[in-house]
Amino acid sequence: MADHDTVTINTLFEIPVLNRGAMKDLSTFPAAPEHQEALGFPGELVDNWQIKAIEKFGELLKKSRALQVYMDGCVKCGACTDKCHYFLGTGDPKNMPVARQDLLRKIYRRYFTFAGKYFPKLVGAEDLTKEVLDDWYNYFHQCSQCRRCSVYCPYGIDTAEISMAAREIMDHIGKGQKYCNEIIAKVHKIGNNLGLPEAALIDTLEGLEEDIEEETGVAVKLPVNVKGADILLVTPSADFFAEPHVDGLIGYAKVFHQAGVSWTVSSYASEAANFAMFIGSYEQMKQIAERIRKAAQDLGVKRIIFGECGHAWRVAYSFLNTLAGPFDFLDSRYPVPQHICEFTWDLIKDGKLNLDKSANDHMTLTFHDSCNVARGSRMGDKPGGQFEIPRAIIRACCNNFYDMAADTIHESTFCCGGGGGLLTDDLMELRSKGASPRMEALKEVVEEHGVTHMAAICAICKSQFSKVMPTYGFDMDSIVSVHQLVSNAIILDGQVTEEDADEEGDAQEHAAEQVST
Amino acid sequence: MLLSTIYAVLFYLATAVFVVGLAYRIRLYARTPAPLKIPTTPAPVTQSGVVVRMAKEVVLFESLFKANKWTWLFGWVFHIAMLLVILRHFRYFNEPIWFWVNWVQPFGMYAGFAMLAGLAALWGRRFLVERIRYITGPSDHLMLLLLIGIAATGLLMRFVEHTDIISLKAFILGLIYFDWQPIPADPLLLVHLGLVMLLMFIFPFSKLLHAPGVFFSPTRNQVDNPREQRHLAPWAAALDADRTEAGGE
Ligand code: HEM
Ligand code: HEM
Ligand code: SF4
Ligand code: SF4
Repeated sequence: MADHDTVTINTLFEIPVLNRGAMKDLSTFPAAPEHQEALGFPGELVDNWQIKAIEKFGELLKKSRALQVYMDGCVKCGACTDKCHYFLGTGDPKNMPVARQDLLRKIYRRYFTFAGKYFPKLVGAEDLTKEVLDDWYNYFHQCSQCRRCSVYCPYGIDTAEISMAAREIMDHIGKGQKYCNEIIAKVHKIGNNLGLPEAALIDTLEGLEEDIEEETGVAVKLPVNVKGADILLVTPSADFFAEPHVDGLIGYAKVFHQAGVSWTVSSYASEAANFAMFIGSYEQMKQIAERIRKAAQDLGVKRIIFGECGHAWRVAYSFLNTLAGPFDFLDSRYPVPQHICEFTWDLIKDGKLNLDKSANDHMTLTFHDSCNVARGSRMGDKPGGQFEIPRAIIRACCNNFYDMAADTIHESTFCCGGGGGLLTDDLMELRSKGASPRMEALKEVVEEHGVTHMAAICAICKSQFSKVMPTYGFDMDSIVSVHQLVSNAIILDGQVTEEDADEEGDAQEHAAEQVST
Repeated sequence: MLLSTIYAVLFYLATAVFVVGLAYRIRLYARTPAPLKIPTTPAPVTQSGVVVRMAKEVVLFESLFKANKWTWLFGWVFHIAMLLVILRHFRYFNEPIWFWVNWVQPFGMYAGFAMLAGLAALWGRRFLVERIRYITGPSDHLMLLLLIGIAATGLLMRFVEHTDIISLKAFILGLIYFDWQPIPADPLLLVHLGLVMLLMFIFPFSKLLHAPGVFFSPTRNQVDNPREQRHLAPWAAALDADRTEAGGE
């Protein structure tokens, strides 16, 4: 196991000593002029950037109560200081949530408050200089906007809101980030983050249909652009081919098939992700969300269901109605939108799925709550459904399941280290270090309960973990999709199971029998 | 007499700055729209649930309790003690004294010490804990020093150098009813009142805005019902007008 020891893991309760400036020079690649301009932002740093930045800041303060109240309200109590995985992983004090906020707050105080205008030294107010801007760029791109800090702050101060505002200001003076802005431009142009065009999408899904039929003997369809289908599935584009995401997609398809509902993917809105949230742009976020409304209208569907994706589910659950609603043209008997886990769990609850738990006996599982699902959304009709429902599905599909330590799950979950627009190779050092609290918690259950795999419902978490887990001595495929477990366990009507194949002949009859029991 | 005039004028000024400043700030918070639903979940799904959540934050400091037990203990003791002390002070401001003010008197006596102890412990953290030292600025030290000064002078008056409470009360009631009376010229009292006025002056311009701010924090005061009810800020509603697609409303 532990032949890579490039990263030393802090124990969970060990707070690092401050390592000033440790991450000062880690700078994510800047957006090229064409990435900036595609979103309507200036191509490069404008000449009067100080003035423009303060102007934009002032505008945002008027538009967002959160920003205004959070700029004023912090008492420097320090409750948040040891809650950020990036601080725990790097020891850089500017990765303490309050210190990250202070990068923006010191400018707020200088330009927007009486105390900061007349007594700057006293209240730590500073002029907006090139050094400050560099700190903004580097440290606001070392925040995954996971909101763990906001759970513990006595006023709920949400550093995510602050880093979103900072990124919005930087975009408007021509200092955007390549990773996010390039991807957003791709969504506008092609419909998904990966730049996968319609023909390729259809091709890929046909390939998956063949795979499923080969494996199960059942013709499960993965339809694209089917007008009049009941359900529009909006899922992260990683689901179309990356491992382990695609196994999750196969799981959704089997569940839909077994439920006997008609569904479709849209090539126009072939992406659940909405990276505009990461850059704090309401306008961009709305534009991307409107694609889903339009796809739903054009295809004439009755319901919208989202696949496994963390931030996409936050945007969907918490913001979609605001951004692209009202959805009164859809079937009002169902919430808009729904999560695939809600859909699957309803079927399981009603005994409509035939699940063979032993199909997952080669694994012992734990579940990683994704930040945006855990702290920014809900599933089902009770608070906390976002924790219960995925676990209930896993338990229905697997015999062996153990939770990680209580202060690392549910609303206290640690970010995977790659959220918030940081899932890019140029931030690899940060991503590895930021994963350490989660990896430490995982190591605990691996040692105590023999856990072999960790399930997740977020495309970013899955990609991040497959990349960083090897650094911590875990296999890259020890991260799995929740619907991959469903896919393994589900026995479709008419499915050829292994026993059937052994018995030869009469496969159909036998399967039918199984279903009726 | 000069002294009384100075204190009287300063008291009116301090009160005006405090009331107007705070009202202005609260109005700003109330009027600034919250464009998106951002409650930290799991969050209450009803308005009454939000009231309970907020009450737990304000009365028990629930989130702080989850975060750090020592900070919670010191902070909570300081605030509750300060609340009792202030309630106890109502006996200087009304005549006849409201009945419940008499009830808090016995607790109030010891609350002064608890307040001082809480403040001292909070201040200690700012030197002893490296992370807290890093985030502490001059104003954070001064704020604690100011409150410690108020509490210390108060306690000294209570237990060491008694002041003339009767004339003090006459002075204060005089301010309230515009019938000015002389202030007892006790150094401790003058310092106590001077610092209290300073606190009132800086309240609306400092981090003490956390007190009204907590009620306006969207992560804590929003109902978790975005699918059921469309939440729309006025400036964001204007963007809906640009919808171009057919079939929109
Ligand atoms: C709604 C009322 C209030 C609530 C809910 C509240 C809550 C809190 C909380 C949770 C903290 C952080 C923990 C701590 O360091 O003690 C805090 C800090 C503080 N509060 Fe309050 N507070 C309120 C009113 C006030 C008032 C009226 C004052 C002053 C006159 C005040 C002065 C302070 C100070 C100075 C600190 C910082 C303590 C330090 O430096 O560590 N608070 N408050
Ligand atoms: C106009 C406002 C105020 C006046 C006239 C005032 C006056 C006094 C007086 C005369 C005493 C001595 C009590 C005695 O001998 O029995 C006292 C005590 C005290 N004061 Fe004040 N005070 C005021 C505001 C405040 C405020 C805002 C605080 C706290 C933030 C405070 C904290 C204390 C404390 C801790 C004591 C000692 C304990 C006690 O007797 O309750 N005072 N104050
Ligand atoms: S939102 Fe998450 S990443 Fe950002 S400062 Fe808070 S804990 Fe750290
Ligand atoms: S927990 Fe909240 S109030 Fe305390 S230092 Fe952090 S951001 Fe400021």
